[in-house]
Amino acid sequence: MAHQIVATGRSRTGIPTGRLAVWWIIGSEIVIFGGLIATYLLNRFNHGPSWSAEAAHTNTFIGAANTFWLLTSSLFVVFAHAASERKDANKTRMWIWLTIMLGGFFMGFKSYEYATEILHGYTIFTSNFWSFYYLATGLHGFHVLCGMVIMAIIAENDIKNERNWHRVENIGLYWHFVDIVWIFLFPLMYIAK
Amino acid sequence: MAEVVHVEVGHGEHHDDHHELSFWSKYIFSTDHKIIGFQYLFTGMAMALIGGYFAYVFRMQLAFPGSSIPFWGTLSPAAYNSLVTNHGTIMIFWVAMPVLIAAMGNFLIPLMIGCDDMVFPKINRLSYQIFLLSAIVLLASFFVPGGAFGGAWTSYAPLSAKAQYNSTPFGAPLWLTAVTLEIVAFLLGGINFITTTMNARAKGMKMFDIPMMVWMIVIASILFMCSVGPLVAGAVMLLFDQTLGTAFFDANAGGDPVLWQHLFWFFGHPEVYVVLLPAMGIVAEVTCTFARKKLFSYKLILYSSIGLGILSFFVWAHHQFISGVDPRATYLFTTTTLLISIPVAIMLFAFVATLYGGSIRFTTAMLFALAFTGEFLLGGVTGIWLGSSGTDIYLHDTYFVLAHFHYTFVPIAIIATFAAIYYWFPKMFGRKMNESWGKIHFWGTIIGFNGIFIPLFILGAGGQHRRIYNFQNYPDLAGADMQDMRVFATMSLIVMLVSQIPFLINFIVSIKRGEKAGRNPWKANTLEWVAPSPPPHGNFGPVLPEVYRGPYEFSVDGREKDYWPQNEKP
Repeated sequence: MAHQIVATGRSRTGIPTGRLAVWWIIGSEIVIFGGLIATYLLNRFNHGPSWSAEAAHTNTFIGAANTFWLLTSSLFVVFAHAASERKDANKTRMWIWLTIMLGGFFMGFKSYEYATEILHGYTIFTSNFWSFYYLATGLHGFHVLCGMVIMAIIAENDIKNERNWHRVENIGLYWHFVDIVWIFLFPLMYIAK
Repeated sequence: MAEVVHVEVGHGEHHDDHHELSFWSKYIFSTDHKIIGFQYLFTGMAMALIGGYFAYVFRMQLAFPGSSIPFWGTLSPAAYNSLVTNHGTIMIFWVAMPVLIAAMGNFLIPLMIGCDDMVFPKINRLSYQIFLLSAIVLLASFFVPGGAFGGAWTSYAPLSAKAQYNSTPFGAPLWLTAVTLEIVAFLLGGINFITTTMNARAKGMKMFDIPMMVWMIVIASILFMCSVGPLVAGAVMLLFDQTLGTAFFDANAGGDPVLWQHLFWFFGHPEVYVVLLPAMGIVAEVTCTFARKKLFSYKLILYSSIGLGILSFFVWAHHQFISGVDPRATYLFTTTTLLISIPVAIMLFAFVATLYGGSIRFTTAMLFALAFTGEFLLGGVTGIWLGSSGTDIYLHDTYFVLAHFHYTFVPIAIIATFAAIYYWFPKMFGRKMNESWGKIHFWGTIIGFNGIFIPLFILGAGGQHRRIYNFQNYPDLAGADMQDMRVFATMSLIVMLVSQIPFLINFIVSIKRGEKAGRNPWKANTLEWVAPSPPPHGNFGPVLPEVYRGPYEFSVDGREKDYWPQNEKP
């Protein structure tokens, strides 16, 4: 399809269409995670002591390490964006891959954490706290994984064409959002005991 | 002064696709917004026939319990539940949503705002493909062991959560998967509608020059996006409960079944307004064009619809007055529910005020638009009883609720949709539909519709409960007078269904043989009437239109013509 769509190039708001769409996607994601977190909070309020006793078994150290990986990766994706603004393809690619690496650390720690918990008998069936725990962190982990795949595509493919460099900024927006979700999940699941 | 396309593109020369496309790439895998709109329209119409057929089968069971139903046979209680459930699900998620929002949005938004396509044509195509997949998953659930899900379209836990309760081990997860896929399709479509309208409007089209139809679809998309998230989370929880055996909604294991009701209705009530707003948009366009009048208080309608959208997030628990919500909370939700009738009333009365002093032409489209205004008013007024917690406790889960609901949804999903189809058919296919057949269709539909649901109001107020397979088993409800009303309602349904035959014949014949329409058969102002009928790929040819005024400048003093197209130079 060689046909150029005029609509995609228009920008009546002054915001590029791709970035505008990413903001709307983030908006819809906020409602999804918002519904989940609100449900979790209501349950914590209603079942205070029993859920707190369950929450005591989550691994705060791994949660903190994962917070560190994600926050640092957010910094790296900002460096990637800055490099793309300077039209420096190699630096952009490097920072994106470093971001992906930290996402990989996150997923690795998460896998280890899941494995130890399951071996200790805390599975998704154990109790409703653990059901929420696996659902919320699993959905978040899935978003991390998707972000990593998209970043790899951008670093290896999209970056070849300077017209697609705005995608570095768009994926950065998404990545920050994924971080912010974790900022909510970490205290709720790992600190509040 | 029109803008020339290649200036705006910026990258390389603009060139149309002149080579012939194969059938598959032209109609099946097209990224053209009009073709995708047709795909949604035809899928929605096919699903409407299936949903209508289900209604016929279970209404026949209620009127003549236990007898063999023509075109079905004897109906078992389990199949009755499946049909009722899937009638509701199909009519809301696979008829109202795709036709009113997706088909009309896809076909009309780029045309009405004066651009050549959606901003993300490929995401648009993906959205339809996911939607089609969801429809196939839903229909497939009828052919799995245990049959299709029968726990009502609201899918309340714990009935929906465990196969041992609902006895549909495969039907229930498939139903949930289908609904979730459908939601994903509309999230993708909605983002496309919103960004397209925000960014791709024609030069000169300011906020208040946007046709009401486009505004309404955009506001509806935003509403959908903001309300559906908790249901997505809830659907995953319910799917885990069904398939893995978790206990999110199982009170025996510390879960909370009312939680599902909160998650569902937090989406479910805004959903009513998600489909209502495009219907309001259709009626606004049709009423102005055929009354030759400027839309009464454009800005008031717009602000009312935004206020309606915000309020709609604070009314959901009026569905749960007898589900054990705190009695103090019912005061709150009664108040918000009664408040929400104000913006709706403002919009309806604005349409009536638009008619005042106009030179009204009673085309079929206009008849349907007028019928919407009247019939929806009845639906809204009967909602006052249900929104007040005191009367709702008596009327809850009776046919009164059912009749009220259908008095809102049939005007939205059936009557307003027909207004839209009769009105935009010339633009879609280049030919007009036959008006005489259209009027037969109109009167059959309206008489049939009222004949079905007025008796159901009376039955419901008399205490007839919903979700009962055979009323003859309940002595209080088995009286001959009540049974006569059930038979009358079923006969009216058959009248309404048979009245769709002239419509279908008219639709199919008019595509090929209808009277040629030309660009602007109704002498309307909005930009879609500037394009050729049917619009070619790229819609407006090499030069896209530019906008100089609002969309409803009809009968302006001192002008020879009684209409003033948006793109005409001052």
